[in-house]
Amino acid sequence: MGSRASSLLREEDIEEIKKETGFSHSQITRLYSRFHSLDKGENGALSREDFQRIPELAINPLGDRIINAFFPEGTNKKYTAREDQVNFRGFMRTLAHFRPVEDNEKNKDLTSGEPLNSRTNKLHFAFQLYDLDRDDKISRDELLQVLRMMVGVNISDEQLGSIADRTIQEADTNGDMCISFSEFTKVLEKVDVEQKMSIRFLH
Amino acid sequence: MGPFMSPFNNLLCMLLGISFTVWFTLLLVFIIVPAIFGVSFGIRRLYMKTLLKVFEWATMRMERGAKEKNHLLYKPCSLNSIIAKESTSLEEELKDIRRNCSSPELDDSFDMSDAFYFCRRGIESIVDDEVTKCFTAEELESWNLLTRSNYNFNHISSRLTVLWGLGVVIRYGFLLPLRLTLAITGVGLLVVLTAMIGFLPNGRMKNFLSEKVHLMCYRICVRALTAIITYHHSENKPKNGGICVANHTSPIDVIILASDGCYAMVGQIHGGLMGLIQRSMVKACPHIWFERSEVKDRHLVAKRLSDHVKDKSKLPILIFPEGTCINNTSVMMFKKGSFEIGSTVYPVAIKYDPRFGEAFWNSSQFGMMNYLLRMMSSWAIVCSVWYLPPMIRQEGEDAMQFANRVKAAIARQGGLVDLLWDGGLKRGKVKDTFKEEQQKLYSKILVGTQEVRSRS
Repeated sequence: MGSRASSLLREEDIEEIKKETGFSHSQITRLYSRFHSLDKGENGALSREDFQRIPELAINPLGDRIINAFFPEGTNKKYTAREDQVNFRGFMRTLAHFRPVEDNEKNKDLTSGEPLNSRTNKLHFAFQLYDLDRDDKISRDELLQVLRMMVGVNISDEQLGSIADRTIQEADTNGDMCISFSEFTKVLEKVDVEQKMSIRFLH
Repeated sequence: MGPFMSPFNNLLCMLLGISFTVWFTLLLVFIIVPAIFGVSFGIRRLYMKTLLKVFEWATMRMERGAKEKNHLLYKPCSLNSIIAKESTSLEEELKDIRRNCSSPELDDSFDMSDAFYFCRRGIESIVDDEVTKCFTAEELESWNLLTRSNYNFNHISSRLTVLWGLGVVIRYGFLLPLRLTLAITGVGLLVVLTAMIGFLPNGRMKNFLSEKVHLMCYRICVRALTAIITYHHSENKPKNGGICVANHTSPIDVIILASDGCYAMVGQIHGGLMGLIQRSMVKACPHIWFERSEVKDRHLVAKRLSDHVKDKSKLPILIFPEGTCINNTSVMMFKKGSFEIGSTVYPVAIKYDPRFGEAFWNSSQFGMMNYLLRMMSSWAIVCSVWYLPPMIRQEGEDAMQFANRVKAAIARQGGLVDLLWDGGLKRGKVKDTFKEEQQKLYSKILVGTQEVRSRS
């Protein structure tokens, strides 16, 4: 059976996703086709295994954390039917964080709050890569975990520990030996987050 | 009632008898006899041209119909990428970050934004990656009147639907039975004749006859699939004592190559019909069949292959080094086993034209019988075969580099993308060594090359 992907997506759904994420109509249909091709079980939702089947993602040192970002804690019924599955809306919602910021000029009528791809939301996405237990603080252990994922076995524990300590020292302003979201934002204020955390979607 | 029915019955029987005779005579004259002698009337090419015109008309109608109704026509995304990937490497990107930040002198400075690079690359690979695309069929730009490859199947116009309906009738009512008859004839002749040749004593006569029989039966099978094949550069055809390597898209590749030249096949012995064919083929000329248990033993495989190759009277070996079926848009990693043997390698590039029927066998989606049914009920199989000039392993080149060189030549000729990824990723997980390479690279940037080198 050929892929009838686009016919399973209704116009109302496309409109809703457009409003929520700011993607264009054609971008949504093409991303739906991609979603459908990743969904090997053909049940309208992606599981962690579906993501891990992508070789380039499997060899990415932060691959597991990125996959986690698609499965938010607590079941928000709009985005996940079960805890370990994400449907197309949830998929698009996460991808929306990576839309380039300039495109917002076209979509001024987005719903309340900031658009998903604002600088703050992009930073928050990155913050959650570090903050595994979602307590809005990056502890020393959490930082060490991410560092270990990125360097593999090539650096000793002591050296890694000192790197982590130094990073926390530089960032921590209120002395609780953890990095909160505002401290995180402060440290990265000189970084061009809009460019580094954006993907050029073609129409 | 009795005497009233019998003249009617007689008439019916006579009609049936006549139609069968006519049918078989036509079959014989137009298909089987040319197959035996290797000539062609050109009917298939005429058929192909007509079909192309019909498809173009159908696509035009669909586009016009969609515009009238203001629908957006679904354009296959494989033709235009969804995203434009940044081509900066890890090193460039991290240097860029450090340049803009506070303390550039410190060597082991970690920045929280280092994670951004991996994060972005990860999301890019989720949206568009090189590998998973290779294991699903290519999407078409114009519609070829097969429901299985249509994404906009709404009732666009009644004329189109009628044409589609006509297509179904022709394909399933006329072409399919015709092809099945031919296929059965071809396979049956192969089994019977090779078994008969097996009784002859080894010698020139046997080889000659075996060659003729194999060619004839494969040509009948080619016609059974309505395959329209264009061979290029036949002067480079593989010779005895060599190894022929080709890219692999479907089991039909074997039939396509073997109908133009004689090869010794390599493979695992199956049971059932396949096994019967294999066992009878090997009676007429030496093919290399392995038992399932022997396949794992790489030394045994290599020894048998090199023994075969050393004997100049034996036919060239046909091998598909990718090890699995790829969807004919790219060429994946070649397994180095066949390149270690040290004989001349004759590369062959096979490119299918997907407009007439999708030849890629997606073994996870449907099994062999289903696949053959789809093949026989498509319009045709159109492909081009290029025989590339022979290659030898050079001084100082190891088997893997030689394999990559051959792969690049095949990809270039066939217009396919040359990928380094292993075809085994269709079913298995990717090796951790790739991830470890990235981690090592990042560590070097973080703490400097000296420290990392001393640890690994």
